[in-house]
Amino acid sequence: MRHLLSTADLDVAEAVRILDTAGQMAATQAREIKKLPTLRGRTVVNLFFEDSTRTRISFETAAKRLSADVINFSAKGSSVSKGESLKDTALTLQAMGADAVVIRHHASGAPHTLAHGGWTTGSVVNAGDGTHQHPTQALLDAYTLRRHLVGDGGRADVSGRDLTGLRVAIVGDVLHSRVARSNVQLLHTLGAEVTLVAPPTLVPVGVEAWPARVSYHLDEAIADDKPDAIMMLRVQRERMSSAGGGFFPSPLEYTRGYGLDARRLASLPEHAIVLHPGPMNRGLEISADAADSSRAVIVEQVANGVAVRMAVLYLLLAGGDAPTSSQPGTTNETKVDA
Amino acid sequence: MSTRYLLLDVAPLGGEATDVLLADGVIAVIGEDAQAQAGDDATVLDCHGLVLLPGLVDLHTHLREPGREDAETIRSGTRAAALGGFTAVHAMANTTPTQDTAGVVEQVWRLGREAGWVDVHPVGAVTVGLEGERLAELGAMAESQAQVRVFSDDGKCVHDPVVMRRALEYVKAFDGVVAQHAQEPRLTEGAQMHEGVVSAELGLAGWPAVAEEAIIARDVLLAEHVGSRLHVCHLSTAGSVEIIRWAKSRGIDVTAEVTPHHLILTDELARGYDPVYKVNPPLRTQRDVEAVRAGLEDGTIDIVATDHAPHTREDKDCEWAAAAFGMTGLETALSVVQETMVDTGRMTWADVARVLSTAPARIGRVSDHGRPIAVGEPANLVLVDPAARRTVEPEQQATKSVNSPFRGRDLSGCVIATFLRGRATVLDGSPCDESVVVSR
Repeated sequence: MRHLLSTADLDVAEAVRILDTAGQMAATQAREIKKLPTLRGRTVVNLFFEDSTRTRISFETAAKRLSADVINFSAKGSSVSKGESLKDTALTLQAMGADAVVIRHHASGAPHTLAHGGWTTGSVVNAGDGTHQHPTQALLDAYTLRRHLVGDGGRADVSGRDLTGLRVAIVGDVLHSRVARSNVQLLHTLGAEVTLVAPPTLVPVGVEAWPARVSYHLDEAIADDKPDAIMMLRVQRERMSSAGGGFFPSPLEYTRGYGLDARRLASLPEHAIVLHPGPMNRGLEISADAADSSRAVIVEQVANGVAVRMAVLYLLLAGGDAPTSSQPGTTNETKVDA
Repeated sequence: MSTRYLLLDVAPLGGEATDVLLADGVIAVIGEDAQAQAGDDATVLDCHGLVLLPGLVDLHTHLREPGREDAETIRSGTRAAALGGFTAVHAMANTTPTQDTAGVVEQVWRLGREAGWVDVHPVGAVTVGLEGERLAELGAMAESQAQVRVFSDDGKCVHDPVVMRRALEYVKAFDGVVAQHAQEPRLTEGAQMHEGVVSAELGLAGWPAVAEEAIIARDVLLAEHVGSRLHVCHLSTAGSVEIIRWAKSRGIDVTAEVTPHHLILTDELARGYDPVYKVNPPLRTQRDVEAVRAGLEDGTIDIVATDHAPHTREDKDCEWAAAAFGMTGLETALSVVQETMVDTGRMTWADVARVLSTAPARIGRVSDHGRPIAVGEPANLVLVDPAARRTVEPEQQATKSVNSPFRGRDLSGCVIATFLRGRATVLDGSPCDESVVVSR
C-alpha cells in the first residue's frame, strides 16, 4: 500500500490487515505508556484545506503515538488562503521532506491529484475529499462493527475476520456523504450487506451501480432488514433551503421520516448498535435518547479512529509486519515525551 | 503571390484520382489538362494516396484574444487551425472584452486578416457581456466589416426564454443564426461532470443530460413558433439527438453540431481526476457516443465543430473542481472524424467534406468556403493522407496550450497541405510561416 485514497482500492486481505493492525495498535493504547517508537524520525503533515478539528486531532494523535514528527498545515491563515495552489503547497511540503501527507480537501479527487500529480513522493492519506471518500472513517466504522458484532460480541479474538453476513443500514444524506461512499465500498468488500436509507433527493443518480440496496423509508428498512447496525449520517440544515438545493421541505419533516429516535431505536434488533461519524445534529438526524443510549458506540468510534489511523500510518510508512506487543520494551524509547 | 500548385494523382473527396491545378487563387484545371497548363513555375506535389477536401470550416473556435493571450492568440490559434486543415474559423464571443460590439468584432476580424492563416469570422455575443439579460447590438455587428452572422453566448446559455425568443426573431433581419449553448443553469449549479454512475462514485457534482435536452426542446419549439433559424452547439446526449431528429421531421429550421471529443471520449476518463478531461458539456457515456455517431451518420447532426478551448497550464494543473472547462481540438478534429466515422465505414470523404466544410459554411453564411471542388471555385482546400498514423504530442502542436485530451494517443490521418485562396498555409504537414509573412 503506497497511498490510502479510496476504500475502493482495498481488497479484502488489505482491509482485514488494516483492521488487525488497528487491533494491535489499540492493545498498545491500553498501556500506561502509549507511545511506540515505530515512526521516529519520520514526518507526517496534516494538510487541512477544510476545517475538521476532530479528524485532524485524531491523525495528529495517531502520528504522535507512533513517534512521528507532526506538522499541521491549515489552509486558514496560511498562504493557501492567499491563493497558493495545491501544487505549490505540495511542492513546499515535498521540499520540507514530508514522508506522509494527510490531506483534507473540499474538492473531490484532490488527494488523488496530490498522489499522482508528480508533486510529492510521500504517501498520501485521504482524510476526506469533497463528497468522494473518507477511507479512514470507513475503516474505523468497520473496526467498530467487527469488535461488537463479529465473534461472540466483542471479547473473542476477531483478528483475520471480515464482516460477512452483517447487515448495515446507512441513513441520511448519501448524496453529499463521503462517509457513505467509503462505507458502501468497504463494507461490501468485507462481506456485509448495506442498505442505504434516504429521501430520494439525497440519493445520487447512478446509485444503481453501487453494491447496496436503497430504501426511501427508514421504518420499512428496519422492519425488513433487521439491521445489525445503523449508521446515521450528518445532515446539514442548510440543505433544506432553496439556496442549499432544497433537498427536503423542513428539518421537522426530515426528522419524522429519517431521524433515529427512541421509538425507532427500540424497533432495532436487541444486539444492534448505533454509529455516527460526528459531529451530530442532535434533534435532527439523531435524538438525544438514541445518541446517549447504551447501544450507541459513537464515542468509541472516536477512540477506534486513533487506532485505525495509527495502523494506516504504520502500514504506509513502516510497511513491514505489525508491531509485536513486546516491541516498545525492546527499544530504548520508553519514556513519554509527547 | 501567384504561386501555382499542381496536385498530381489526387483524389477529390476520396473519389477517382486526377490532377488539379491551382492558379490565381482558384481551382484552374481539373483533369488531364492540368499538367499541360501548369507551366514551368508551378510547384508540383505528388499526391498519390491523398484525399482532397474543401478547406475545413470551424463554426466553434475559442481564440481567446482579446483578453487571454496567455492561453491563445488569434495568430497562434489560426496557425493551429491551418495545420488542422481549416481555412475558416468562427471565433467565439467569450473574450475579454466580450465580442458584443461592432468595435470588438472588427478588431478580431482585422487581427485574423493580419495573421493570414485562415479567414476569421467573429461570432457576436447574443447579450451584453454574455449576461443573458439584454440583447447586444446584433445589427451593428452584422453590418460591421466583420459581417457577423452567427451569434452566441457560448460558455453560457441564453436561458431566459423571452431573451432567446427576441434574439431568434431579431437576427432574421440579417439572415443571422443564434447558436445556443444548451445548459439549464439551475440544473447545473456547480456541475463538474456528466451525472451518472461515474459521478456518483467520484463524488463530483453532476451535469445531467436533461439540463441540455430541456433547453434544446424549448429552443426548437421557440424557433418553430417565430419561424427562425436555430443552431445547437456541441450537442452531447442521446436524448438531444432524438429531439433534433424530431424537430427536423417537423420542418423546424434547426442545425446541430457535435464536437470531435464527444464522438470518441466518455465520462469514464474522469476516474483519474485529470482535469484535461473536464469539458462543458461534459463527456457522456458510451451510449451517448454511439447516439451522436449515429446522428452524424444519418444527418440529424449537421456538422462537427471543434469547440477548441485552449487553457493555460495553471488552469488545468490543479484539482478537478478548480480547473477550467475545455480542451483543444483544431489539430486533431479531422483525425477523430476519420477514425470514428470514415475508418468505421459510416461515412465517406464526401460526407466529411459536408460535415466539416460545406454545412458549417452554409450555417455561418460564409460564401467563399465549403465550395465544391470544381473549376473556377476559390482554392480553399486541404490535402489529407488518410493512411498516416501519428501520435499526438500537445507540446509539438501550434496551439499555445497543451490541454489536448489525446496526449500520447495514436490517431488516423494527417493534414499534408492547406491552401487558402490558392496560397499554401501548410505544406508537407508544416506551417508555411514565410509565405504568410510575405503575403501580408
